[in-house]
Amino acid sequence: MALRFEVLGRFNRARAAQLTLPHFECQTPLFMPVGTQGTIKGLTTNQLEDIGCQIILGNTYHLALRPTSELIDELGGLHKFMNWPRALLTDSGGFQMVSLLHLADITEKGVTFQSPVDGKPMLLTPEESIQIQNRIGADIIMALDDVVKTTITGPRIEEAMYRTLRWIDRCIAAHKRPHDQNLFGIVQGGLDPVLRDICVRGLVDRNLPGYAIGGLAGGEDKDSFWRVVAQCTAALPEDKPRYVMGVGYPLDIVVCSALGADMYDCVYPTRTARFGTALVPEGVLKLKHNAMAKDTRPIDPTCACMVCKNYTRAYIHSLVTKDAMGSQLLSYHNLYYMMQLSRNLHSSIVEGKFPEFVCNFLQKMFPKGDVPEWVCNAMEVAEIDISSCCAPFRKD
Amino acid sequence: MKFVLKALGNGTARAGVLHLDSVAAAIDTPSLLLSTRKGLPLFTSPDLLSSFPSPDSRLLHVSPLHFLEGLSIKTISKIGGLHQLVGLHDCGFAAFPRDSIQCLPEATATNKTGASFETPCGRLLIKPAEYMEMISSMKPELWATLADEVPAWVSDKRNKTSVDRTIKWLDECIALSPVSGAIVGGSSLEERRRCAQEVATRNVSGYWIGGFGLAESMDERPALLNAVTEALPEEKPRLICGLGLPEEILQGVAAGVDLFESTYIYHLTLEGFALTFPLDGTQINALNLAPNVAGTDPRKINLRATAFRKDATPIVEGCSCYTCQNHTRAYINHLLNVHEMLAQILLEIHNTHHFLGFFGLIREAIKAGRFEEFRKDFVRSRYDHLVEDSSEPVLLAR
Repeated sequence: MALRFEVLGRFNRARAAQLTLPHFECQTPLFMPVGTQGTIKGLTTNQLEDIGCQIILGNTYHLALRPTSELIDELGGLHKFMNWPRALLTDSGGFQMVSLLHLADITEKGVTFQSPVDGKPMLLTPEESIQIQNRIGADIIMALDDVVKTTITGPRIEEAMYRTLRWIDRCIAAHKRPHDQNLFGIVQGGLDPVLRDICVRGLVDRNLPGYAIGGLAGGEDKDSFWRVVAQCTAALPEDKPRYVMGVGYPLDIVVCSALGADMYDCVYPTRTARFGTALVPEGVLKLKHNAMAKDTRPIDPTCACMVCKNYTRAYIHSLVTKDAMGSQLLSYHNLYYMMQLSRNLHSSIVEGKFPEFVCNFLQKMFPKGDVPEWVCNAMEVAEIDISSCCAPFRKD
Repeated sequence: MKFVLKALGNGTARAGVLHLDSVAAAIDTPSLLLSTRKGLPLFTSPDLLSSFPSPDSRLLHVSPLHFLEGLSIKTISKIGGLHQLVGLHDCGFAAFPRDSIQCLPEATATNKTGASFETPCGRLLIKPAEYMEMISSMKPELWATLADEVPAWVSDKRNKTSVDRTIKWLDECIALSPVSGAIVGGSSLEERRRCAQEVATRNVSGYWIGGFGLAESMDERPALLNAVTEALPEEKPRLICGLGLPEEILQGVAAGVDLFESTYIYHLTLEGFALTFPLDGTQINALNLAPNVAGTDPRKINLRATAFRKDATPIVEGCSCYTCQNHTRAYINHLLNVHEMLAQILLEIHNTHHFLGFFGLIREAIKAGRFEEFRKDFVRSRYDHLVEDSSEPVLLAR
């Protein structure tokens, strides 16, 4: 184990913690921006530090293709290659393989696919995935799991869950650097609570440094989504970090944190920035709209970032989707927003003000009190009273 | 705005100092105007702008035409002008429509009512009154009057008309000061002289020399430049656009031009090039130039080349720019390979830093009285790596 996880404060299921990794001391809950190819699109590492990013994701699939894990290793690891002094997390490569390559196939050996470079048949095994991640050198590495979409039903889900458990043992055996890289297991099992439970127990038995809840954020309905997260966070050990993969929207992060999750990743903030959408307390602001051309207010008057302090919506409107600078400035703001959300989650839990924070958050996003039912149900399970922000039930 | 001459080099190259209210320190000339899109550099974000050497990086070129794509004059005025708009309070802006990349003068469509430009919004006809409104809302420190720029191949009649029109528009624009009077004249020595003489009689605070970089040859350019500068009073600053390459900048300096807008950094950056020639004053020669493929320019490297895949050194050892202080050739090679925006950001930062250093060398050489020598050395260094091998009838790369 190469991490320390110390809970500093709680509110019912929610926790604020210090996660000490080889390269950085982090505070959770936290959001991890995705730097797919060894860079967060359009931002420099010093800007990421300025914003307060603690951990960045790298995608094993992309990096193994270009510039290759061997080259990264030769040049001293990904931290050195991209000059990021803080923490890094790499995924296993499995998800990209299945989602990006329509000819990918999963067998007991591993994921077989056609190389996008020359079309040759290739095989990504659990062993190979861990070896690649060992070479890349991230603080946290992910086990290769058999991931299925939650929209699929039938025996495939059970098969995938058991295979994930068999593969975790192969990952553990192949892992050459347990003293400076933390191997996280990933809970699978679709939307089936029985399967999820078996998977959690199996992974917890292996006594891993941390656990991820996988297979979500893929199109399932929100009601199913939160229930799986709730079940897993209830069953996973208290003293280890819990990472919900692929999440996501600020609202989802607040709910999952209330239910006891600690870490999140998603391409959403940076991707939506490139399409001209800004994250704001009210939800989103579409800078492309013609109405923005005359709006001389900042994107978010409550935001302290460089973009909101210096630029008007009108100016950003003139840049977005047309000039690289538009992408840069909006990505900067959106990531700042996510980092501020992370900081607020952490500090409100530590200071014992978590319910107030949640209510405030929901009030801004749903000023008419129309908080979605799934959020109300989840908060009930989390034992957070949000009645002050929900419109009273009407009997007409 | 104040301009003071400090030194005259051999010939008519000169060193001066430009004082602008918005820029704390005085700017030494000859100096570069950084290119912008809508007031900000193409890739270097505002928080990284401050890492460039100051104050020589504080002069920015803005084209008013860029804003036609989505920001009305009214909104710009409401926000308070350029400084407020782009959040840069310690920079000086020089405004003129042509940017030599996307906003190009379209001489065939220009007529007596206005100047035509090809822009990302299509072909636009800009009338002097409209132009004045744009300038008033933007409030740049320097700006040029509207010009009718024509390429080198137009008829004498068309060329003469362009001079008449440009002078007429100057008289229409001159009310708003301080203004740089635009000088055109194509590739006719006579017309160039005539236009410069006319503009010299007007009450302007400086001169903007247009119409270059429009198909005139390198060889005919010096005479045309001199025809302009010889007719202008010494004490007012001269701005030029359309000279991109270092050799062309040197032509402009030799003729007595003070401020330059160039697209060199843009083209280098987009094509994956980084400047590497020495900036410490050592003579540029074959020993300190980049090893390269025969025939290519040894004063820069192309980071797309596979030779750099594992090169863990910075672009230039000892360069104090953000890119060289933080990243390696290998990383930039990777970014270019996977088409990541960070590649252009890092390259623009380095190339801007380096090109500003080039202007520093120019100023030093002028002050030391050896500008012509510096110029000859620099131009020759393009080919210095080629060695004559007497046993072969061809030039070989070293």
